[in-house]
Amino acid sequence: MTTVATVSEGTDNPYALSHLDSLESEAVHIFREVAGEFERPVILFSGGKDSIVMLHLALKAFAPAPVPFTLLHVDTGHNFPEVLEYRDRTVARHGLRLHVASVQEYIDAGKLRERPDGTRNPLQTVPLTEAIQQHRFDAVFGGGRRDEEKARAKERVFSLRDEFSQWDPRRQRPELWQLYNGRHAPGEHVRVFPISNWTELDVWQYIAREGIELPEIYFAHEREVFNRSGMWLTAGDWGGPKEGEQVETRQVRYRTVGDMSCTGAVDSDATTLDAVITEIAASRLTERGATRADDKMSEAAMEDRKREGYF
Amino acid sequence: MTALTQHTEQLSTTTLLRFATAGSVDDGKSTLVGRLLHDSKSVLTDQLEAVEHASRSRGQEAPDLALLTDGLRAEREQGITIDVAYRYFATPRRRFILADTPGHVQYTRNMVTGASTAELAVVLVDARNGVVEQTRRHAAVAALLRVPHVVLAVNKMDLVDYAEPVFAAIAEEFTAYAASLGVPEITAIPISALAGDNVVEPSSHMDWYGGPTVLEHLETVPVSHDLTACHARFPVQYVIRPQTAEHPDYRGYAGQIAAGAFRVGEAVTVLPSGRTSTVTAIDALGESVDIAWAPQSVTIRLADDIDISRGDLIAPADDAPAVTRDVEATVCHVADQPLTVGQRVLLKHTTRTVKAIVKDIPSRLTLDDLSQHPAPGRLVANDIGRVVVRTAEPLALDAYADSRRTGSFLLIDPADGTTLTAGMAGASFAAVAEPEAAAAATDDAEWSF
Repeated sequence: MTTVATVSEGTDNPYALSHLDSLESEAVHIFREVAGEFERPVILFSGGKDSIVMLHLALKAFAPAPVPFTLLHVDTGHNFPEVLEYRDRTVARHGLRLHVASVQEYIDAGKLRERPDGTRNPLQTVPLTEAIQQHRFDAVFGGGRRDEEKARAKERVFSLRDEFSQWDPRRQRPELWQLYNGRHAPGEHVRVFPISNWTELDVWQYIAREGIELPEIYFAHEREVFNRSGMWLTAGDWGGPKEGEQVETRQVRYRTVGDMSCTGAVDSDATTLDAVITEIAASRLTERGATRADDKMSEAAMEDRKREGYF
Repeated sequence: MTALTQHTEQLSTTTLLRFATAGSVDDGKSTLVGRLLHDSKSVLTDQLEAVEHASRSRGQEAPDLALLTDGLRAEREQGITIDVAYRYFATPRRRFILADTPGHVQYTRNMVTGASTAELAVVLVDARNGVVEQTRRHAAVAALLRVPHVVLAVNKMDLVDYAEPVFAAIAEEFTAYAASLGVPEITAIPISALAGDNVVEPSSHMDWYGGPTVLEHLETVPVSHDLTACHARFPVQYVIRPQTAEHPDYRGYAGQIAAGAFRVGEAVTVLPSGRTSTVTAIDALGESVDIAWAPQSVTIRLADDIDISRGDLIAPADDAPAVTRDVEATVCHVADQPLTVGQRVLLKHTTRTVKAIVKDIPSRLTLDDLSQHPAPGRLVANDIGRVVVRTAEPLALDAYADSRRTGSFLLIDPADGTTLTAGMAGASFAAVAEPEAAAAATDDAEWSF
């Protein structure tokens, strides 16, 4: 045979890190790089599981010192009350500072117009980019993961945005080794994605391993929902149900947390972390495919929104 | 422990392998990637439906699996992969991060990007064509980047009647070539990505092959290195000083161990200052440990309150790297704007960024035949060449051959922040045997690549 193979047989090397330890170590390295190189970083924090994991990683990265970043939430005005309660409680517990950019205030002031379909997710871009300019944030941490969506799969860990927060996929800097280049001109900023390489399952396994508390809506519970375009949306003041849409009580849970108008619940009886992990491991649907209406708008919906400044 | 908890435990204690694929579209790379994802059940229903829908609207009858990874408008419009796409899949034994890199020569920089963090590279060859220029280019990039494991996947075996001699000849030629470049480990596997032979399932058509399938090899290849053979290196990222009532005197040096291991009680030197101290504690993200190793992110505390800041390097007192301001390296130029002799740049090495000047560009490498072009004066996009750089401050730099982490650097344009080149300090290839093709192409007897 011409094959030259020197595969070690069977012996488990005690110095091989588990995949969760590898991902955690990489994410912590990214948080510390930003702390070392930027003046005014901020963590996007929505109270969703990805941003909760990010905050947990940041707490570990700088312990026993406090997290050297502030938080920013873009509130669509259609957020789940349980999630907002969780957000405020978490911020208070860790003594952090939270900025809120409100889509509702922009609409009330006539600076944004409600879309005919009632979806507010795309409307977040303007308050987000204006908050970044106003506070002169130079590094903005996001919980985006490359497994979520095919345009996200193409984004760097350090993603340079111009003074309009725009992403240009053709002009990305190559990202080599663990040498992240965060140089930017005044007015520009860098979006940073420490959990780029995590999958949905990794996030859940890490939450289980670390014993991280989550908002209740991630676990199966009885809820009043109605069906719109094949998705179970929560009934509420935000604008549902419309005529002809029937409210019913179902046992559901959420895989993602976002704007109530475009985030669907899934039928589930998973009431514990173990049950959620088993359910995710067996699911034949991706997180966003199952629960996000806004990504179904077109084949390049995410790429187009990111080009405009979305995270 | 419940059955479910056991299941969870097993899933979270598997290891992680980062690997890259290389090969042009015609070699069947997309099919191989699609087959790996599909047969490991990593393509989910809604993704497949989206691909089927998009394929139909383009008038294609079969789903085009390349649409799974070609995530940008421009890629789908042109039907080519422009940029690295990262894909994630898992088996019960291991989790995988796949850097799917474009094969065209004009995207060499993207293969370099994918290979820089890869522990393994899969080089695809069409069994009908054998080792071609592109194959040699991929092998050379893998060797330059010192990817520890290389798999030669001889694809389309179904089109050569699954004939052993065809495979053996290609494997022999490639192995000889790659070994001459210093690729430490080469595994050749005959496959048909289209028919599924030896990708995930062993082939019934090739009884003569006794080795692993591609997936089996990916699952078993070692991901950690012999720590005793590595020089321990710890670049300081950030100094943690809470200055709180609870921790009034805590002073820790946070960073990710770049190579080797550190132990409590060990005598260390801090570079570039050369001051010495002893490790008194290692905090591994909330847990106090006696030993920590690469690539763990930890916080190290020392016995002496000496001046240490971001950019310094902590190394064992008896095994510290030399400090230098003159860097000789092989670089891959990754920017559209050229790199020229005399240019002022920034050099980013580990956690340290310093001013530097390009003193010389002694040669440029022709990847096709590995011949060298002397004194090109400049490097343009996708060029690989030797450079000599003088830095404003001393660097604790290892040879890339000894440490990918502390032997690598970036050159950055100080005007606009563009990443110009990827640098690898020291000699280029582990073996300095002179391939015949290169000897024929140059009269220069000195082999500096």
